[in-house]
Amino acid sequence: MWRDTVLVAGKDLRIELRSRVVLHQVAPVAVLVLVLFAFALGPDRAPMVRAAPGLFWVAVLFASVLAVQRSFAVESAEGARDGLRLSGLDPAGVFLGKAAAVAVQLVVVEVVLTAGVVVLYGAHVRSFGDIVVASVAGTAGLAAAGTLYGALAAGLRVRETLLPFLFLPVAAPVLLAGTRAWQAAMGIGAGSAGDPWLRLLLVFAAVYLALGVVIFGPLQEAP
Amino acid sequence: MAPAVLLRAAVCVTGRFPALAGVDLVVAQGHVVVLEGPNGAGKTSLLRVCAGLLSLTGGQASILGCDLGRDRAAVRRRVGMLGHAAALYDDLTVAENVRFAVRAAGGTASGTDAALDRLELGGRLRRTPVGRLSAGQRRRVALAVLVARRPELWLLDEPHAGLDAGARAVLGEIVADVAASGATVLLASHEPEESLPLADRVVSLAGGRVVGERALRAMPQGPGAADAPDAGAPAAGAPDGGVRRDVVPGGVHVA
Repeated sequence: MWRDTVLVAGKDLRIELRSRVVLHQVAPVAVLVLVLFAFALGPDRAPMVRAAPGLFWVAVLFASVLAVQRSFAVESAEGARDGLRLSGLDPAGVFLGKAAAVAVQLVVVEVVLTAGVVVLYGAHVRSFGDIVVASVAGTAGLAAAGTLYGALAAGLRVRETLLPFLFLPVAAPVLLAGTRAWQAAMGIGAGSAGDPWLRLLLVFAAVYLALGVVIFGPLQEAP
Repeated sequence: MAPAVLLRAAVCVTGRFPALAGVDLVVAQGHVVVLEGPNGAGKTSLLRVCAGLLSLTGGQASILGCDLGRDRAAVRRRVGMLGHAAALYDDLTVAENVRFAVRAAGGTASGTDAALDRLELGGRLRRTPVGRLSAGQRRRVALAVLVARRPELWLLDEPHAGLDAGARAVLGEIVADVAASGATVLLASHEPEESLPLADRVVSLAGGRVVGERALRAMPQGPGAADAPDAGAPAAGAPDGGVRRDVVPGGVHVA
């Protein structure tokens, strides 16, 4: 399974390196979300700092939808999905490989967004460790859940519109917990504690990774 | 040795219509069998069933001795299919596509260069992204994947489509080599003049059923040939030394 994971992740990342869709399109769209919200919130810095964690995770959420759509679009072109099914790869390895590739791409987007939050919103990070843990756990959860729902929608003609419809409500706990964990790490809100939210992010990631390993095979076989 | 393909009353319904409506087919290992028939006859569906890409809704299917219903993953590792789409990644180079497919099937990439050279995809072409290739070149890359993977059962759906004369000749050589090595080829084609010289047997399909069958040459005694129901057919008394068998509902009529 791990060998297949590395093989699929390497293939997806190589495709991204060639096409640069995430770097040239998804990351700029995510930054654009931050910029537009900065305009909407006005010139006062206080509401922008308060809103920064939530806007960061909203932008990551939109970016994850685009990254997952891209991940399955390369499989649906030219019958590549059939090729992947025929390859004999372990479905669990395919799931973990695709999720890992999406996660790596999201990390790149998050680095850009974090810089954007600091520069545009003037946010200060109090606990850098908590920010990293929250981001890694949230990214793993989004990548796992996104890959699972991406596979569910992959065989359908309406997959582009169906994926956000299925995935965004499911990802709401990541948005909530990620925002609260970031608020705690940035010292926003009186007496806010980040630990319960970090735990929720870790549980979400673990549940969806386990679920994906078990049910990705049947999803891949769906017509 | 088990037949390469064994279908018994195979029914496959996709949507509202049966793509296969009770197909009985036995192909011994080492044979080259051409599937012919009009559009919608069920040729592609039959190949996809053999590859484990379509599930049967009735009947039985055994591929290379493995029950398709129970052990589809094992079948897929031993089967290679060239479908209508090339099943390649546009952003990867020719060599990267072949290497990925071979490694995914559990093999080593050592045969990649030889396969690419054989399909005239060496030199600058091997470093070219597949998205920049012509349709015929993409078809050759898809064939190179099979050559490098060396599956035990080759499922070729209209393999001549888009290929130039040189590539068609190479395809003929590859099919001959595959059969000589003991592997089996099931080939669906609309172009009998290209396919028949390669074939041991031709199976005619219409409406999702086998409606005719004829042997074009004495069956080679490859691995498993002796045990197969289609083996040992008399070679005399028919044009080009083969035997003509017309399958009729309820049985096989030998002419």
